[in-house]
Parts: sequence; C-alpha cells; structure tokens
Amino acid sequence: MAELDLKDIGVRGVNSTLHNLPEGTNEVDWVINNTNGQHAIACGLDAPLNVVVNGHAGFYCGGMNQHAEIIIKGHAGVGTAENMMSGMVRVTGNASESAGATAHGGLLVIEGDASSRCGISMKGVDIVVGGSVGHMSAFMAQSGHLVVCGDAGDALGDSIYEAILFVRGKVKSLGADCIEKEMRPEHLAKLKELLELAEMDADPSEFKRYGSARKLYNFDIDNVDAY
Amino acid sequence: MCGIVGLYLKNKSMQSSLGALFAPMLIEMSDRGPDSAGFAIYRNEVDENHTKFTLASDVPEIAWKALDAEMEMALNCDVKIEIMGDHAVLITDADADKVTKWLIDTKPRIRIVGSGRSIEIFKQTGLPKDVAEKFELASAHGSHAIGHTRMATESAVTTAGSHPFATGLDLCLVHNGSLSNHNRLRRKLQREGIVFQTENDTEVAAGYLTWKLRQGATLHEALEAGLEELDGFYTFCIGTADGFAVVRDPIACKHAVMAETDDWVAMATEYRAIAHLPGADTAKIWEPEPDKIYTWGSGGSMH
Repeated sequence: MAELDLKDIGVRGVNSTLHNLPEGTNEVDWVINNTNGQHAIACGLDAPLNVVVNGHAGFYCGGMNQHAEIIIKGHAGVGTAENMMSGMVRVTGNASESAGATAHGGLLVIEGDASSRCGISMKGVDIVVGGSVGHMSAFMAQSGHLVVCGDAGDALGDSIYEAILFVRGKVKSLGADCIEKEMRPEHLAKLKELLELAEMDADPSEFKRYGSARKLYNFDIDNVDAY
Repeated sequence: MCGIVGLYLKNKSMQSSLGALFAPMLIEMSDRGPDSAGFAIYRNEVDENHTKFTLASDVPEIAWKALDAEMEMALNCDVKIEIMGDHAVLITDADADKVTKWLIDTKPRIRIVGSGRSIEIFKQTGLPKDVAEKFELASAHGSHAIGHTRMATESAVTTAGSHPFATGLDLCLVHNGSLSNHNRLRRKLQREGIVFQTENDTEVAAGYLTWKLRQGATLHEALEAGLEELDGFYTFCIGTADGFAVVRDPIACKHAVMAETDDWVAMATEYRAIAHLPGADTAKIWEPEPDKIYTWGSGGSMH
C-alpha cells in the first residue's frame, strides 16, 4: 500500500500521481493522508484503484470517478462523487450538499447523513444513504436509484424523471410530480441487492418507493401550478 | 462567492491565541473572496461607563490628528485613542449616542465602523493575508471573532462595502450570498431613520437587524423576522457580545459548516478553514440546517 501526503505534495500532486499510473499497474492500493478538507481530492480517476482518503474531504471528492473504489474516512464536502461514471465512492461520515450530482453510474454509499440536493440530476448512479437526506434530494433525477435508510427532507424528487427512490423513514414532503408508488417484487429485489452492495443492515420490506407521476414531461397548461 | 468564518473559544486559557487560530481561517478563505477582508474581534471589554468605537477614514493623517483633544473639549469627556493605520479604536466615557451624533455632524471624513464594550472591527480592500497582517490579527487575543473574505457581486469593492457591518452595540454581521430585495428594503429602512453608507446589500441586512433590535426585538426575533423579509441567498454569521449566531436562508445554497470541541466552536463556509484548529479531525462536525437560527452564547452549547 502506497501513501501520499497531501500536505506535502498538494491536491495536484496527489491527483497527478493517481492519473499517471501505467495501465495494468500492480500499485492499486493507495492511502491519502493529511486531507485537511481540501477540494477535488481523488478526482478524475480512470483505473481500478483502491483509494483511501484518510480524513475529512472538501468539495468534489471522487468526482468524475471511473473504475476506482474510493473510501473517504471522515465527512465529505459539497458535490461528493459528482458526475461519477463507474466504480464506488464510500463516505464513512456525512456528506454535504449535492452528493452524487449528475452522476452517470457506479455506487455512492454515504454511511451517515447526506445534506440537501443529494442525487440532484442523477443520471444512472446508485446512491445508498445510511442516514437521512436533506431538502430537494433527487431534484430532476433522471435515472438510477436513491436509497435512504433514514428520513427525507422537503420536496423529495421534485420534477423527477425516471430515477427510483426508496425511503425507509419519513418523507417531509414530496416535490412536484413525485408520488409514492407500488413496491413490486422486482423493486424489492433491486433494493435488497443495493443494500447488500452497500453493506447496509436494513430490511427492504420497511421501505417505500417513490417515482415520477410523469405529468410534467411536457408542458400542459392544466399543470401550470406544479411547474 | 465570499467566505465567512467564526471562532469562539470556550476554553478561556486559549484566549491569548485567538488571532493565531483565527487568522489562518480567514486566509484559507482567500479563494472565495480576494477583493477585501474584514473581521470583528471581541476583546478588552470596557466597563459599563465607557464605550469603545472603531473608526475608519480614507484620510487618516487628517482624521486622527487631535481627534481625542477635540472630542474631550466638545463633549467634556475622557478619550483614549489607539490608531491602527486608517482605523482607530476610541474609548470614551461620553454618552454613546452623543459621540455618534458629534462624529456624524462634525467629522464627515470619519466612518463609524462599530461600537460596543468589547467589539473591534477592522476591514479593508485587498487580499485577506494583507488585511490580517495590517491589523496584526495573528497576535490578537480575545474571546471570539468573526470574519469575511469578499468577492463582490452587488456593489463596489471599497473598504466601506467590506464586511463586517455593525448592527448595534457589540453586534455585527457577515454575509455570504446576495440579497435580491435590498433596494426596496433600503428605501423602507431609510424612511424609518436608518442611515446607510453604501449601496451594499449586506448593509441593508445589517440595517434591518439594527431597526428590529431598536424596536425591542431580541436577536433571535430579529433574525426570525429577517428570514421572512430578506429575499435572496444567504448564510449569515452574527457576532454578539458573548458569542455568535448562524442563519441560512430556506434554500441554503450558500455553504456552511460548524464544528465543536470541548475547547471551541467554529463556523466556516468550507471545512478547510476549520481543519487546522486543534482537535478538528475529531470534532463534532455538522451542517447548519436551512431556515434555522443557531446561537452560541457563553452560557452553553450551540442550539
């Protein structure tokens, strides 16, 4: 396992080291120390690496990730794993606003709480949150799954497209065009698979499913109040 | 953009290193606000018969000359003045309202930046690092401080338009965000007798709180009313005589993080401004919720 001291070589030094590894390298295990809440740690990785971010991270940690498994041991700032394409990002603490924003693929696991706008405009990522999510989560979420083991804040799934939301606890309010939907066997099976992947100890039968009523896809004057 | 920071020392034995802990917080937020910086520091409380004023002037060589003697003569009082470049800290036993009126009437080149028993406010255009050095922040002692690094969006880059803005005795405000109804609100407050020095939106928020507090509202009530009337994006940090308060608008687009240990409580726009504080890595860290008023007083923990 190789160690990188962020205080020593800076964010650019850390990221360029991880970007410049030769294809098929055997050096796949990395630890980043002295993170001090700096931004853009382990961004843009494009190889099957195992990266431990050892401490609290700032904004955009693990952003644009492809293939790598990144574990943030601490809390993470705004935009964690934003635009992730594949691989996995796990936060052992809480994540700030807009976690998993616009992410296309991969798995984002937040063991603690996520703040507002978790999964905003998600485009295929799977997000599993051990705690609760803040207001406007899954805003304009297009595809993928958001699993919330705790509660959801105001306006969950506002203007949602085809993403599927599972919430175990209370939903403070649903956003425009987001409704509770029937939990069919295929949904329970998918939820079970996601909880297992995320290593979350929760019973799928305790969750409810939410998704799009598909009333706002096209402008309709009768729905003007909902826009 | 803009960055805001606040630090309150629960452990009194750390008060001699307030500036040493706080200056790096301010400087870490330089990327968010390289235009100007400012801070309020609470220290050297004067007794109840005295008031401490922080003054600033664009022509300090004229403004501070014989100011103490002139004021002593005019108001029949004692005046002690300490000059720090274009700022000066003035302590007097004269009535605070009389001093304010006298300064406004006779000293148009002097701005009153803040007043109270312990607050001192310093602010200036320029990089946070330079502003901190100029006012010797790193060596400052005190109980608590709040600060601001500015990237101007709503009004000119001037010292007068820098934060913090005073909102009353020992009270001041720093703001990250922008207000959209500040022009209408400024006209309303002007009709109520609030005087503004700039076109700045944050000064309107400060003026609003001043107005509410003058009407007898508590700080909590004034902030609650502000959540209704101030339209825009904001995270506010309000310095008070014995701590600070934090408020975010209901949408909460403007970042904020808080951290607390047995020794201190801190807030910042970004965690990296807090990361260097002793014990930050194991501190209780949380994000203040939208539309909720958090206050820290000397009596207990953040609520």
